[in-house]
Amino acid sequence: MAGRSSSEWLELMAGPIPVAEAIAFVADPSAGGIDVFLGTTRSETGPGGNVLAALEYEAYAEMAIEQFRDFAARARARWPIVKLVILHRTGRVGLAEPSVIIAVSTPHRGDAFEACRFLIDTLKVEATIWKKSMWADGSGTWVAPGAM
Amino acid sequence: MRIKVRLFAGLRESVGTDELLMEVPENATVADAAGRVPAAQTASGSLAYAVNRAYARPQTILHDGDELALIPPVSGG
Repeated sequence: MAGRSSSEWLELMAGPIPVAEAIAFVADPSAGGIDVFLGTTRSETGPGGNVLAALEYEAYAEMAIEQFRDFAARARARWPIVKLVILHRTGRVGLAEPSVIIAVSTPHRGDAFEACRFLIDTLKVEATIWKKSMWADGSGTWVAPGAM
Repeated sequence: MRIKVRLFAGLRESVGTDELLMEVPENATVADAAGRVPAAQTASGSLAYAVNRAYARPQTILHDGDELALIPPVSGG
């Protein structure tokens, strides 16, 4: 599920996040700063000493991709964004691997930091995507908001 | 009227399917339809709803052919 224009790349994908490609996409002669956020799977120990093996992501993809477009529009209304990327994985994401990338280019760096932060903070609250903690013993627990 | 109900995450596992076709009366609301999904009742306090991919309130009136999504607390990113 994807939308790519010359200035925006929004996609939900099953495979690994193409980080270098995303950064190359937002680079532009009119931009002086690129900010990149990667959300990665952090190790943890659950109840009873169960060790986290991975996170598994599920999405209401048809709605999430429309939401990404809306987030991008809201960010553009507030900051002078040149290009932006929002990519989110579905499926299994191992420890230290990225599940999401936000990349933003702006003429000056302050706006890039702020817009990038806005986009990931908004995605985490609103996007119709869910993650499940997959434990070493094979069991899984859907993550409740605020827990991570 | 016929609507499609989409289920995700824990609710999908409880109900046992990711999609249901449902017959509802004219002027049925989101809450009316959600109330007909057995496992959704216990989750109802924490569910959000979307109709045709836009967040909607429980009082929103449904129309024939609508897609209703039952949205457990999200945890993307």
